[in-house]
Amino acid sequence: MNWTLLVDHLPVLPEAILLVGACVLLIADLLVQDGRRRVSTWIAQAVLALCAAATLFVLWGSGGGKLYLFNGLFVADAMAHLLKLACYAAVSATLVYSRQYLFARGLLRGEFITLMLFSLLGMMVMVSANSFLTLYLGLELMSLCLYALVALDRDSPLATEAAMKYFVLGALSSGLLLYGMSMIYGGTGSLMITDVAKQVARVYASPADRSILVFGLVFVLAGIAFKLGVVPFHMWLPDVYQGAPTPVTLFIAAGPKLAAFGMAVRLLVNALPTMAEDWQRMLVLLALLSMALGNITAIAQSNLKRMLAYSAIAHMGFMLLGLLSGWVEGNWNSRNEAYSAALFYVLVYSIMSVGAFGMLLYLSRAGVECENLEDVKGLNRRSPWYAFMLLLFMFSLAGVPPTAGFYAKFAVISAAVSAGYIWLAVAAVVLSLVGAYYYLRVVKLMYFDEPAETGPIVGHPEMRVLLSANGLSLLAIGILPQPLMSLCFAAMSLL
Amino acid sequence: MLLSLAIWIPIAAGLLVLACGDARKAVRWIALAGALLGFLVTIPLYTQFQLGNPGIQFEQLVPWIERFNINYHLGVDGISVLFVLLNSFITILVVIAGWSVIETRVAQYYAAFLVLSGLLNGVFAALDAMLFYVFFEATLIPMFLIIGIWGGPNRVYAAVKFFLYTLFGSLLMLVAMLYLYDKSGGSFAIFDWHKLPLALGVQVWLFFGFLFAFAVKVPMWPVHTWLPDAHTEAPTGGSVVLAAILLKLGAYGLVRFSLPILPDAARHLAWLMIALSLVAIAYIGLVTLVQTDMKKLIAYSSVSHMGFVTLGFFIFNSYGIEGGLAQMISHGFVSAAMFLCVGVMYDRMHSRAISDYGGVVNSMPKFAAFMMLFAMANAGLPGTSGFVGEFLVIMGAMKTSFWLALIAASTLVLGAAYTLWMVKRVIFGPVANKNVAALKDLNSREFLVLGLLAAAVLGMGVMPQPLTEVMHGAVNELLRHVAQSKL
Repeated sequence: MNWTLLVDHLPVLPEAILLVGACVLLIADLLVQDGRRRVSTWIAQAVLALCAAATLFVLWGSGGGKLYLFNGLFVADAMAHLLKLACYAAVSATLVYSRQYLFARGLLRGEFITLMLFSLLGMMVMVSANSFLTLYLGLELMSLCLYALVALDRDSPLATEAAMKYFVLGALSSGLLLYGMSMIYGGTGSLMITDVAKQVARVYASPADRSILVFGLVFVLAGIAFKLGVVPFHMWLPDVYQGAPTPVTLFIAAGPKLAAFGMAVRLLVNALPTMAEDWQRMLVLLALLSMALGNITAIAQSNLKRMLAYSAIAHMGFMLLGLLSGWVEGNWNSRNEAYSAALFYVLVYSIMSVGAFGMLLYLSRAGVECENLEDVKGLNRRSPWYAFMLLLFMFSLAGVPPTAGFYAKFAVISAAVSAGYIWLAVAAVVLSLVGAYYYLRVVKLMYFDEPAETGPIVGHPEMRVLLSANGLSLLAIGILPQPLMSLCFAAMSLL
Repeated sequence: MLLSLAIWIPIAAGLLVLACGDARKAVRWIALAGALLGFLVTIPLYTQFQLGNPGIQFEQLVPWIERFNINYHLGVDGISVLFVLLNSFITILVVIAGWSVIETRVAQYYAAFLVLSGLLNGVFAALDAMLFYVFFEATLIPMFLIIGIWGGPNRVYAAVKFFLYTLFGSLLMLVAMLYLYDKSGGSFAIFDWHKLPLALGVQVWLFFGFLFAFAVKVPMWPVHTWLPDAHTEAPTGGSVVLAAILLKLGAYGLVRFSLPILPDAARHLAWLMIALSLVAIAYIGLVTLVQTDMKKLIAYSSVSHMGFVTLGFFIFNSYGIEGGLAQMISHGFVSAAMFLCVGVMYDRMHSRAISDYGGVVNSMPKFAAFMMLFAMANAGLPGTSGFVGEFLVIMGAMKTSFWLALIAASTLVLGAAYTLWMVKRVIFGPVANKNVAALKDLNSREFLVLGLLAAAVLGMGVMPQPLTEVMHGAVNELLRHVAQSKL
């Protein structure tokens, strides 16, 4: 056995563990009876814990430095580790939150768990990609699992329709992305992201070769925008959020967003920094449109899942504010500040959205779907503590201090102001006021209205504890945002 | 350290109250203990205050968010110390006033007020702009719940209007703060910003950024429309805190941010601010006259009185600014007292309409005496606290222009007219109906609350010296900043 070879490949240990774990689960699940599916979730949780330990081990072993593997196809750096850890947490929370809901509906099947793990593997490959090909492979692995997950409840017409829509549009966007990548490949002659960056810097100087790169960039950006779900590539998002079973929506709302952020950083910041002026200008438009359309349309929604979908669109628009502020008038001085703000935003957003959808799962029980605004009416009467948790999620999504959501908005708006986009910052705060209205409406229903139903709210203890921890973590980050902020800063400065 | 205690004791008491949940009796006593303790720790702020020192005292600086160079930086000068004291004092009254009135969700009610009280102390004590902003915004959440849960019939509309109006203002302020952060090379310290040179054009933009936040809070005409709704629908305690403390945030913000950081813009736009203030004083004074709802009447009279405060600030002399500050403190006492008086009647009759009352003095003589006193103070009668501020501001205005002073002085006529006319209709005259005849006079709890306020109103009216000497140094320091051009 060649030990050095093994040691050299240690940075892919988390991916290896996950792959093996998912395969083991695939087989082990065959032996588990339907009623005892809880065992499978515990296996999955154990695999995730091992992955987290492995990631921390790799991070510790590398000292935060960058490691290239497989002839440079794969990179393990601090940002990738951080995003991976966040993804594990999101998947783990999804498992806890969704068990009861799926069990009550007879949907707690092995496929759900294994598909989620494979999708997670795709995300991990995406955020660690150092080549267009690796990135595309990760993206497809993630997306294909997601399409299947959306159709998990195959007897529901809404879910199957959503899955179809997601699949067709997702395939289209993958095509766009691939087309854009091939253009850039044509212009630079390389698929390696680090190579591409060097070649672009050279090629970009001549106007004739520049046009092909810009052309490619447009398509790449369209692909990224689709995966992030920002306007005008957001059409799939409300339907999928509403149509998919709530646990799947919860899953889609967190992990894939983190992965898409990783992809955006790899493609834009790592591969095409020379073209920052071009893509920043495009992102300005996407950010503005997303914040406007997301926040304004969300007001008209009476379905909570759909409302959160539009809110997701708006939030990704806010996140882009950070991503578009790195390069200012020819210098990269505020690069780390801006990108770490975007990373902080996407991390905080995933905590908030996991919690908000977790609340919906907690309030749903056999035969009762909590998905309309009316369903949270008078929650304060039924359960003051969980009403308070939902209040924290809503105020955090709205960006009211002292919750974490405020610092997320604060950081990205601060980045935009330092980059000189003051008009955009003003637009962002005005639109976040529009957003405050519909979050406030949820709080209003919970606290000011009488409950429509008085049935008890049941949930297993792990779920209650996790939900409370999830809500309080927003308050904790809101009161002491420094640790997470400096973590993001460190990760992005080692990029 | 004292300031931290003043902030966190009420908040901790609020959380403790929440934890006690359904035990109503325990909840009330814990709330009272928390409020009293919160007030006790603020007393040394006054007794140990160094009068000769115009700068910051009781300072505390702990790094908070190093990534953005944000510090947990507390301290008070002669201006802010008064508001910390006022707030802690009013909190006690609010707790006592709600003692037997609030029956639904008692724990949440007291928790909301105690947390709000701590946050308000934080706003007045913060010396770091982001810390200020966080406290400033966080006050919205408890107030929103107070209006929305325990308010009157139209409470939801009022609560949402209140929240969105104030959030809109403060978000624009956030952008202004971020701009200053960027320009000052990464500092959120308010006192660093005092020294920051800025071009006039920039100052004007920033001035409007801050003005949106503060004008909504003050509230200045024409962004005052949320106030009558919020006041009318809020429970008595909510109205008291809103009028006595929350309204002061706006005017305090003008003193802390707009004037010293943007002195050139302040002078450049003084005409606008003075015009808006005069509209508030004269026009809103007239609007107040025709109100039929007592709470609405007092709410509009608050707008008119706050017009005096902003007028005083923007005539840039020590009479004006000290008068404005004295008016803020006095209004804190008087408006609180007026709302409590209406609350006393509302608890008995469940009506706020003036037309439902008449001849209350016959059945409630003690109450009538208090109400009369506070009405006089509201009208600015010499010997009451209301006179001090109005007199100083009119003196200051006279130094600037005779006509300005004349319009400002119209408030003395209008204020007397609307307040005394209301008192006449409610307290005096023949007994209006059987319900009024059956009214019971003040109980000892109500007597205590109104008595404390009456003592404050008279004390400040007769002896304003202890108050003005505290603020003197800080006001001169402020005027020095305003006089210095930063172009």
